[in-house]
Amino acid sequence: MKTGAKILVEGLQREGVETIFGYPGGVVLPIYDELYDSSLRHILVRHEQAAAHAADGFARASGRVGVCLATSGPGACNLVTGIATAYMDSVPIVAITGQVPTSLLGNDAFQESDITGITLPITKHNYLVKRTEDLGRVLQEAFYIAGTGRKGPVLVDIPKDVSMRSIEYDYAASEPVTLRGYQPTLRGHAKQIDKALEMIIEAEQPVIYAGGGIIASDASEELVRLAETLVIPVTTTLMGLGAIPCDHPLNLGMLGMHGTRSANYAVTESDLLIAIGARFDDRVTGKLDSFASHARIIHIDIDPAEIGKNKKVDVPIVGDVRSVLQDMLAKLQKKKSYDRWLARIRGWKEKHPLQYVSDNCLRPQYVVEELSSLLNGEGIIVSEVGQNQMWTAQYFCFRKPRTWITSGGLGTMGYGFPAAIGAHFACPDQTVFDIAGDGSFQMNIQELSTVASNNIPVKVAILNNRFLGMVRQWQELFHNRRYSFTELPPVDFVKVANAYGVDGIKVESCEEVVPALKAAIETDGPFVLDFRVEREENVFPMVPAGAAINEMIGGKQE
Amino acid sequence: MKPHTLSVLVENKAGVLSRVTGLFSRRGYNIESLAVGICEEPGMSRITIVCIGDDAGIEQVMKQLNKLIDVIKVSDLTDNERVERELALIKVTAEPGTSRAEVMQLATIFRAQIIDVAAKTIILSITGDTEKIDAFEKLLRQYGVKELVRTGRIAMLRGSKVLKGGK
Repeated sequence: MKTGAKILVEGLQREGVETIFGYPGGVVLPIYDELYDSSLRHILVRHEQAAAHAADGFARASGRVGVCLATSGPGACNLVTGIATAYMDSVPIVAITGQVPTSLLGNDAFQESDITGITLPITKHNYLVKRTEDLGRVLQEAFYIAGTGRKGPVLVDIPKDVSMRSIEYDYAASEPVTLRGYQPTLRGHAKQIDKALEMIIEAEQPVIYAGGGIIASDASEELVRLAETLVIPVTTTLMGLGAIPCDHPLNLGMLGMHGTRSANYAVTESDLLIAIGARFDDRVTGKLDSFASHARIIHIDIDPAEIGKNKKVDVPIVGDVRSVLQDMLAKLQKKKSYDRWLARIRGWKEKHPLQYVSDNCLRPQYVVEELSSLLNGEGIIVSEVGQNQMWTAQYFCFRKPRTWITSGGLGTMGYGFPAAIGAHFACPDQTVFDIAGDGSFQMNIQELSTVASNNIPVKVAILNNRFLGMVRQWQELFHNRRYSFTELPPVDFVKVANAYGVDGIKVESCEEVVPALKAAIETDGPFVLDFRVEREENVFPMVPAGAAINEMIGGKQE
Repeated sequence: MKPHTLSVLVENKAGVLSRVTGLFSRRGYNIESLAVGICEEPGMSRITIVCIGDDAGIEQVMKQLNKLIDVIKVSDLTDNERVERELALIKVTAEPGTSRAEVMQLATIFRAQIIDVAAKTIILSITGDTEKIDAFEKLLRQYGVKELVRTGRIAMLRGSKVLKGGK
């Protein structure tokens, strides 16, 4: 006989889970009792939101399903932002929540919330398990659903009596998951692939637009091979950074609102856009009618609902990106020279590199660039949201997939630090940096306690400008410099870190940057770097809201 | 923008209806009519939804519906030959000696059934397409419709073609 709690913990281990992130509470007591002498590692966070982000960071860094655990009511509700973040970026996590006993369901019991109702629009699927007999199967389904097809979060809500009751159960003897309503298409349609290849030969000015789907399906190698074989330039979305090395000659960098001029010009001028694992997000397309308006479009995506959602597509290919790219590579016969097009693009790249003013002021871009050259493509970089995120996307040279972790779709401030904790447990040998703003960092600053007590060697580089920088930038540019509630009081982050038992350095000049970064990298444990950067630095170039992506402002050397 | 009749085959499980209807409101679509019931397959239910939207919007809603784990098949019947039915129960004032005979006569013309008779009212049951029921209700209004209940629309393809499971 096994309790539901034991079935759960054993089931997690059967699914290959080694680490979970959680926070105890009343109705999860039976589960925590089971964890007490389990070999499953549990990391106690200081706020449930951090548990969800840590599971998400773990999943993005490892490619495996991340797991978080919280109690009912407030605990479950605190997971919501983290689950929504994972949902928007298609990250596989399983969130386990406790629930009041089935006899009290719907009774407004203490710490009751309808978490399956609340998370309905932000989960790929969710379950309220009403019988212990269903728990094992539900858990298997949850992992299967989270980690296949277009990945995403799945929530499993377990009432206390369900985890307490004992039944006969053998996880190993259970049948494989079959869901008649869930059969994702993995192989691309052969005729569509042929059509796409023909279109590539017909094109004169093709561009590959690669998104997070490349990372999610581990298709970076195939992407680079396709680009190199056909000699077609590649631009990536924020989520696609790392899919092709930053310094690859065919890489145009990021496109969209804060993309490079060369990427945005190339897409605008292209006559064929090959969208791979990307979803034509508004931050990428700008004014939709002007986006790649001269181009025919091939769209490869695992989710049929993304095809044609925002932009009419000429050749849709539904399938796992990696499998489709492999099929394309196997079928490639003819090649074509796009030399004139590539020469034009080279011209744009030379004429419009990303640049910022280099002077004696401590500029945030300089911090990112120096970190990039110190780490030299190694390590995992996590970011918060806002200017810190965009500067990192622009100035950090990513060479490998899964080394860049950021909240793209939801844009969740406070994501980075806990996600970095998760990334560390996915890749314990890698240096993990959270590049933060002072605003974002303070949204989950309590996790300093988690990194201190577990000696988690996550480094936080705060680009501290005492502003909610990105909002301030918009106020400067579009609201007449009326800085409405975007200025933050000075915080001595080193002192805060010290109070939690974490070391830190304050950095106020350019000369101190490299030594401080080195000190952080060389420290075994966690470390906080408080960079007092130029306060009103802007992220440029920039596409104003509603403009076409080739109508960029800023970013030219004065 | 036109009304679309969607037939959605789903797992017969708790919460499935809110998953399905939630999608419509989330994407900004109003459900005009909704009918749910068990169907020929054990463990499945069929939901018939009438929703007004442009083709692209409805296509997006259908794709999103298809992504729901508990949804087995989604079909748009709009451009197909089909039969559609609704049922209405109408409690109408029909006092003996005044309007009762006329109301009963109208019921005969519309092939409605009298299913309850009281001193001053009768209850009529009518099935048919939306227009027929609308017309019947309009005619009864002069006698005094005390209460009206209508089901959602159900629909089925004409001919031997069937909507079976399997996405």
